[in-house]
Amino acid sequence: MKLKAFKAAFPKTIPIMTGFLFLGAAYGIYARTSGLPAAVPIIMAAVVFAGSMEFVAVDMLCGGFDPVGALVMALMVNARHLFYGLSMLTKYKGVGAKKWYLIFGLCDESFSINCTADVPEGVDKGWFYFWVTLLNQCYWVTGASVGALAGSFIKIELPGLEFVMTALLVVIFLDNWLKEKSHSSSLIGLAAAFCCLLFFGSGGFIIPSMAVIILILTLFRRKIEVRL
Amino acid sequence: MNPLNIWQIAVMIGAVTLGTMLTRFTPFLVFGGEKRVPKYVEYLGKALPGAALGLLVIYSFKDVNVLAGSHGLPELISLAAIVALHLWKKNMLLSIAAGTAVYMLLVNFVF
Repeated sequence: MKLKAFKAAFPKTIPIMTGFLFLGAAYGIYARTSGLPAAVPIIMAAVVFAGSMEFVAVDMLCGGFDPVGALVMALMVNARHLFYGLSMLTKYKGVGAKKWYLIFGLCDESFSINCTADVPEGVDKGWFYFWVTLLNQCYWVTGASVGALAGSFIKIELPGLEFVMTALLVVIFLDNWLKEKSHSSSLIGLAAAFCCLLFFGSGGFIIPSMAVIILILTLFRRKIEVRL
Repeated sequence: MNPLNIWQIAVMIGAVTLGTMLTRFTPFLVFGGEKRVPKYVEYLGKALPGAALGLLVIYSFKDVNVLAGSHGLPELISLAAIVALHLWKKNMLLSIAAGTAVYMLLVNFVF
């Protein structure tokens, strides 16, 4: 039963493998060149398992001790997972104890496969979801470890590599921009964060930005909701 | 070197993990039974992602100083390259790799 599910799940994850190994390695090297010990990106890859947030976390770890800011940033950046969870409520029902691992590993990529995949006839759904999630996590942790360890051995300076985080975030934003029906939410996010950055400075603009975004989304809900 | 000690790093990682896991577990813990999902929560689930990504883009440019140094020019040029390439090829990994390469070339050899 497990093997059959593995055979159905593995091919679906191959495109994710390429992406995770490449981005994971870039993340590992980025963390090392930012001066963090190799264990930090590897541990974060395993316990947080949310790619874009881990890049941001590396940046925050270099900025100073601010656990509240880090918590709020993680809530905001990963708020989309709330939506994934709501969509998977019924699919993840009745799969036994594996459910808790599936929820833990509900990253963008696991969600997109498990939400859209037609599990073949005769294959156990729970195990299929489990393998997809576990394989994805293995790819990500492997990529991060390779990058973190390579970053320890190769002692060359790579000025400008930190831009990989910016490039990643811009591309994720663009990808979402091309897919979304209405740009109002994206534009609200850009504008609110930009204004808060000017007003509060780079050290403390995240929490005000989040508050302003939620306030605007709530006040103009009627106008925004019909276009979503 | 890094300004934080090992315990501070551990607390920061804990905070990021807690925040991430709250977003993943809350729907199952709160609405796992037969309870109806409030319309407002459903709406936020749909509306927040775009705004959060916008916030992240601004976050990633937060340390650019347009008044000094290279005036943000390497960032601006690399940003334009990423946008153009991504609209053209729509290949995430290619856009990220090329954009980072452009930036590294600019800060090392041009500015």
